Amino acid sequence: MSYEFDFSFLNEYLPELWHGIWLTIGMTFVSIVPGFALGTGCAIGRLYGPPWVQRIVTIYVEGIRNTPLIIQVFWLFFGLAVLQVRVGPFPAAVIALVINVGAYTAEIMRAGFMSIPKGQLEAAACLALKPSQSLWSVQLPQAVERVYPALVSQFVLMMLATSIMSQISAEELTGVAYMIQSFTFRGFEVYLVIAVIYFVMACLLRLTLLGVAQVSFPRKRRLGTPL
Amino acid sequence: MNAATKISTATASATETQIMTRSDTPLVRFQGVRKSFGELEVLKGIDLEVVSGEVVALIGRSGSGKSTALRCVNGLERINAGALTVCGRELHSGKVDLRDLRQDVGIVFQSYNLFPHLTVEQNVTLAPRKVHKIGAAEARDLADTVLAQVGLSDKAKNYPEQLSGGQQQRVAIARSLAMRPKLILFDEVTSALDPELTGEVLRVIEKLAAGGMTMMLVTHEMAFARSVADQVVFMHQGRIWESGKGDMLDKPQTPELRQFVGNGL
Ligand SMILES: Nc1ncnc2c1ncn2[C@@H]1O[C@H](COP(=O)(O)OP(=O)(O)OP(=O)(O)O)[C@@H](O)[C@H]1O
Ligand SMILES: [Mg+2]
Repeated sequence: MSYEFDFSFLNEYLPELWHGIWLTIGMTFVSIVPGFALGTGCAIGRLYGPPWVQRIVTIYVEGIRNTPLIIQVFWLFFGLAVLQVRVGPFPAAVIALVINVGAYTAEIMRAGFMSIPKGQLEAAACLALKPSQSLWSVQLPQAVERVYPALVSQFVLMMLATSIMSQISAEELTGVAYMIQSFTFRGFEVYLVIAVIYFVMACLLRLTLLGVAQVSFPRKRRLGTPL
Repeated sequence: MNAATKISTATASATETQIMTRSDTPLVRFQGVRKSFGELEVLKGIDLEVVSGEVVALIGRSGSGKSTALRCVNGLERINAGALTVCGRELHSGKVDLRDLRQDVGIVFQSYNLFPHLTVEQNVTLAPRKVHKIGAAEARDLADTVLAQVGLSDKAKNYPEQLSGGQQQRVAIARSLAMRPKLILFDEVTSALDPELTGEVLRVIEKLAAGGMTMMLVTHEMAFARSVADQVVFMHQGRIWESGKGDMLDKPQTPELRQFVGNGL
């Protein structure tokens, strides 16, 4: 049994592939910052907020972490349609990703905040810093640095999870792959190529986030030791 | 308790002359201060005055309430009864702005509690920049000044983990000084250090004392308490059992202090 590999689709569908790659990268990068901000806000709310905030955050976080992403995406996409809100597939995908990654980030950041020794908070309060100043200048930088590897994994997972967004006709990389495959019937080669592209993108994302860490954590850059 | 009362009256005259030479109203005044944690009463009526420029050493066995007394002064613990006035603020009223109070009252902890992600200079200037809103240039000058006071001018750009315990503790003292407090509290600041490092930290505190800084310090360094403190306070079971000048340690009046000093020296 012999199989003739045929990668000629690469040439033929190159523009579509590029388009898919850019859409995947775009979705990922647009979602990271708001997702991180949402998650951090929720972590703070769950730790220090009034009881009603804690309750709402808990419901949100557990609701998201215990249902499939694709259901969340459908629910949001069709839900918005019911509410007569018109959003394109790309914004809908981004909103869904932000909401999803926000919930996971909230738990990661909560662990980060809780890992800071109580003495630090006491010292900050004794220096007459406001709670918000202590949070911003003392706790947040340490929390992020401590959980950074977990955050990176989470964001890489999120990038890989964009592969379901063709379900709401956001033609990201996996959507393009499906389309090429359905025209060429070269599924094996197509998905091999796509897997390699995802792998490279994941590595690039990790590298980028590592670079962000180098800039954001001067102590770590200089000493290389964990906090 | 009888003995304790007797002693404090006996030493009152000495303290009074001191007050006369130094300043008018005390910076800290405990009047019948009581503090409980749940069922456990930790401070059972504390009376104590600290005037400006005075160094007060709190000594006593573990669990006698020294840290609790100290922590009441900057509002880390709230008192349950009695009156506690610190830098003109009545803490017992429950209406004191703690952030305002803490600009006047610094504290140094046994475990340093430096911010590990910040350099020495950033540790020292964080609060002045955020609270007193000083600018970058002024912050640098301030860091130079206070780090020189603790003999660490060359460590400004280092991170806490690059310093020895003694150096970290001196940074913590500098961090406190940078807020220009009227009073600094020290809670067993040398207990985590070996004798050599203890010495370098105590010398810094001694220099501050000589410079007229008002200080309350919980310490197990009896020799240091005797030589540096204007007033030594021996706490026992939540009460001030004996108090007086440094030399009271040489002629303890109560069996409790005698035993404590016997073990401690
Ligand atoms: N936050 C707290 N909650 C409950 N109990 C406490 C608390 N802080 C202190 N205590 C108790 O109060 C008592 C006095 O504690 P405190 O820390 O003031 O003693 P100390 O004289 O400083 O002792 P040490 O020399 O061991 O530091 C102890 O029995 C302690 O267990
Ligand atoms: Mg103590």
